[in-house]
Amino acid sequence: MSAHADIEQHVEGAPHASFREYMIGFWLSVVLTVIPFWLVLGDVLESANLTIFIIIFFAIMQMIVHMIYFLHLNTKSEAGWILISLAFTLMLVVIAISGSVWIMWHLDQNMMPLMIEAARALP
Amino acid sequence: MASDYEAIYADDRWSPVFGKLSWDVIPYYEPLVLMSFIGVVIGGGALFGWVTYKKLWGYLWTEWFTSIDHKKIGIMYIILGLVMLMRGFADAIMMRVQQSLTSSGFDGYLDAHHYDQIFTAHGMIMIFFVAMPFVTGLMNYVMPLQIGARDVAFPFLNNFSLWMTIGGAMLVNVSLFIGEFGQTGWLAYPPLSGINFSPSVGVDYYIWALQIAGIGTTLSGINLLVTIVKMRAPGMTFMKMPVFTWTTLATNVLIVASFPVLTVVLALLSLDRFLDMHFFTNDLGGNAMMYINLIWIWGHPEVYILILPVFGVFTEVVATHCRKQIFGYDSMVYAIVVITILSYIVWLHHFFTMGSGASVNAFFGITTMIISIPTGAKIFNWLFTMYKGRITYELPMMWTIAFIITFVIGGMTGVLLAVPPADFVLHNSLFLVAHFHNVIIGGVVFGVFAGITFWFPKAFGYRLDPYWGKVSFWFWVIGFYLAFMPLYALGLMGVTRRLSQFPDTTLSTYFHVATVGALFIAVGIAAFVLQMVLSYLKRDELRDDSGDPWGGDGRTLEWSTSSPPPKYNFAFTPQVHKFDTWWDMKQRGYVRPVDGFNPIHMPKNTGAGFVLAMLCTVMGFGLIWQIWWLAACAFFAAVVGAIIHTFNYDREYYIPVEEIEAVEARRSEQLAKGNPA
Amino acid sequence: MNSVNPTADQVDETPVFYLKEEPHHAPGTLLGFWIYLMSDCLIFAALFATRAVVGSNYMGSPLPKDVFNIELILVSTFCLLFSSITYGFAVLQMQQNKVNGTLMWLAITGLLGAAFIGIELYEFNHLIHAGASPQSSASWSSFYALVGTHGLHVSFGLLWMVVLMVQVKMYALTVANMRRLFCLSMFWHFLDLVWLGVFSLVYLTGVLL
Repeated sequence: MSAHADIEQHVEGAPHASFREYMIGFWLSVVLTVIPFWLVLGDVLESANLTIFIIIFFAIMQMIVHMIYFLHLNTKSEAGWILISLAFTLMLVVIAISGSVWIMWHLDQNMMPLMIEAARALP
Repeated sequence: MASDYEAIYADDRWSPVFGKLSWDVIPYYEPLVLMSFIGVVIGGGALFGWVTYKKLWGYLWTEWFTSIDHKKIGIMYIILGLVMLMRGFADAIMMRVQQSLTSSGFDGYLDAHHYDQIFTAHGMIMIFFVAMPFVTGLMNYVMPLQIGARDVAFPFLNNFSLWMTIGGAMLVNVSLFIGEFGQTGWLAYPPLSGINFSPSVGVDYYIWALQIAGIGTTLSGINLLVTIVKMRAPGMTFMKMPVFTWTTLATNVLIVASFPVLTVVLALLSLDRFLDMHFFTNDLGGNAMMYINLIWIWGHPEVYILILPVFGVFTEVVATHCRKQIFGYDSMVYAIVVITILSYIVWLHHFFTMGSGASVNAFFGITTMIISIPTGAKIFNWLFTMYKGRITYELPMMWTIAFIITFVIGGMTGVLLAVPPADFVLHNSLFLVAHFHNVIIGGVVFGVFAGITFWFPKAFGYRLDPYWGKVSFWFWVIGFYLAFMPLYALGLMGVTRRLSQFPDTTLSTYFHVATVGALFIAVGIAAFVLQMVLSYLKRDELRDDSGDPWGGDGRTLEWSTSSPPPKYNFAFTPQVHKFDTWWDMKQRGYVRPVDGFNPIHMPKNTGAGFVLAMLCTVMGFGLIWQIWWLAACAFFAAVVGAIIHTFNYDREYYIPVEEIEAVEARRSEQLAKGNPA
Repeated sequence: MNSVNPTADQVDETPVFYLKEEPHHAPGTLLGFWIYLMSDCLIFAALFATRAVVGSNYMGSPLPKDVFNIELILVSTFCLLFSSITYGFAVLQMQQNKVNGTLMWLAITGLLGAAFIGIELYEFNHLIHAGASPQSSASWSSFYALVGTHGLHVSFGLLWMVVLMVQVKMYALTVANMRRLFCLSMFWHFLDLVWLGVFSLVYLTGVLL
């Protein structure tokens, strides 16, 4: 199965990478990383909640950057199966995490509330 | 007695060389186990001796164990399922007899310690080592043929997956004779399954058997999914695939998307047990309810993994034996897709009573009821196919009719249980036990028998003897109703599950009827085995020469091949025009080509899958018994072995034209025999 | 589809039901590996869910803000981000069939990955000495399970990288090797993606709460 080397040979179905795309992805990622770290290390904002919101938002943005520029995700790879499997998986991730948190929070609520806070602080 | 068990597995019994192994862990003092052991040694020894005497080891190794042929792998999965059915069913008989005795006021013959292992092993074996191998075997055998492919996308991985499943089964079987099994129920809820309350190796056997088999299953899921996406014959668009292929697609999506959660949960449990972490412990912030939450996120898709393939089987059987295209193909497909997606938003119905409150319970109760709708649509489609069809009551069709009636009853009790207030009364009662056996036996088991009977002639070249098949059928169906209808009544009257004794003598009749039912099923299983043996002995009378044994009514591509198909499946890749492709070909004047063959590119057999899987099994054994050097060495050897395997780039070969010509010429003769011109 | 025989049904003639020449099937390796990554995504989802549920159960063990070294995490994050871009450069070299260029960038990627793991091990050691061991509480158990699983994946990726480098050195950039390099590329970028979630939700959010 050894193929002779051709210039610019491609694996069938593999995405084509380009230097420009990697550079765009890299610099976007740098910005999207530095800002959250700066917000935390520099104790920049008053509100912890706002900081967390920005951190999460930037994380999602950077994930999208990685998917487009590093993983070369597009609607055409493998006849769209890459994207549909990603969408399905993300849906399940959201259901699993949010469903678990919702259920478990309700379970905790239905235990005697006093005990939860006290229990959390126990040595 | 309990303190004796704990003493055997206490920490101070650990030694560097043998871990926790000692002579005491062999339960020679349990007469039933001892008798089983003697039986296995004699029976197994006889089998091994016979194979050696016939010099079949070489044949078995080169033609079966190292085979990457999806057909052989499918057959081996089904054989695994049949073997483990014996053990799982033996557990069932033991439980029925025990409950019959104690409900009549006698002392049972099983103490709680033993009984608890039996119901745990029964559930775990039946789900993971009977039902899953059965459906995986059918999907493996049939789907590539139905899509006009020569094998699956990753043939080596397929072989590896099989051996990993067998490795898990081996660990469960070893647990009977070395050590003990878990006493936690088939899902091993903590804190009971944590190290404090289950200090022995039982839960560890459970965890590692499932982790090893689980890897096999997940890889198989990826494999079959990619096969359907990438390897369909030209012209076979998604909406022209057979319904069985659609259900295979959905099932493998579910496998890939749910087994990782099981892997994580079991890993976290083993971290709690081995490394004293606190995911599910009572102290230091653990939350045992999170285990139940996560494991049912896996567990609910799992039951759809079991049932969807058999929905596909029944669709093929109904269309073929009613000699009519399946009614409502599009709605069948939509129903399958909807079931797949909805199966991820119902999981809490397994623990309504855990206390998440009205709003959460209401949401999941409603989604659970909604998910019954697409299944109902499928039932109607099968019935509408039968209406005005020209029905032939072959055995697969009989299983299908029994399924429709039985599964609908089970489904209705499921919708009943989906109502949270009702579930508060019935959770963990025998009503629940009756419900899930109703849908699993009425659905999965009947479907597997239908599938085995339906495709057996294709796989082996001769039909199964119909008489003993019908004997098996009637004993199974009557036995099922006798065994489980009383349990609905008992559950409504308040009997809890998993009890080794329920000494309310006013209820004993129900228990006795259930035991009679179990004995009927035993006869049904025996008749099935007898059917296999007698059919083999009479195989020349039952021979199928045409490849299309059900009266020439086959509709899908697998029936276009010989029985059994050649190792390359199709001499020429089919060009597909319509759904029910083979039927279309027969209608429109297909003539089988007899020359012009090309060499065919096929993967080579390999022993690497067997070796790597057995190393993983040994590693599992080492981890269970805390023989750290053994686990480390086996792990290291497996990693090195896998790396060495990746250096083997030479994994394929060409079947020469001469060989194909010879095989096809033999087929031409065979066809001429069946249809004298 | 089928270039040898026409696929259209002709009115008075039997349609063609088979291909005279073997069709070319693109291998499913890349799709299969992507599906595996999707299953891996669910593994991390379950670990994140566990972290979300028991992550605040400190039970008296040290709090993140007292023991996390965010500056160090910034360094390790950049190690991983740089390693993603250096792997990209390796792929660019591969596309031009340059074996030595590919190997060089793979080696640099590996070193950055090893640095990431080294920092992580150092950090774990520090945490354990500060009283935040996996046994201290459910919160720390969930931390080690999530971050540790990611680290194990990275370590496995490094091993794979070494093996692939040997194979590329020995057999040059065959189609099979290039396919493997693409799979490892997907794996490596995926791990960087998961790390985004980890440093955002575990480290940065952890010290704020």
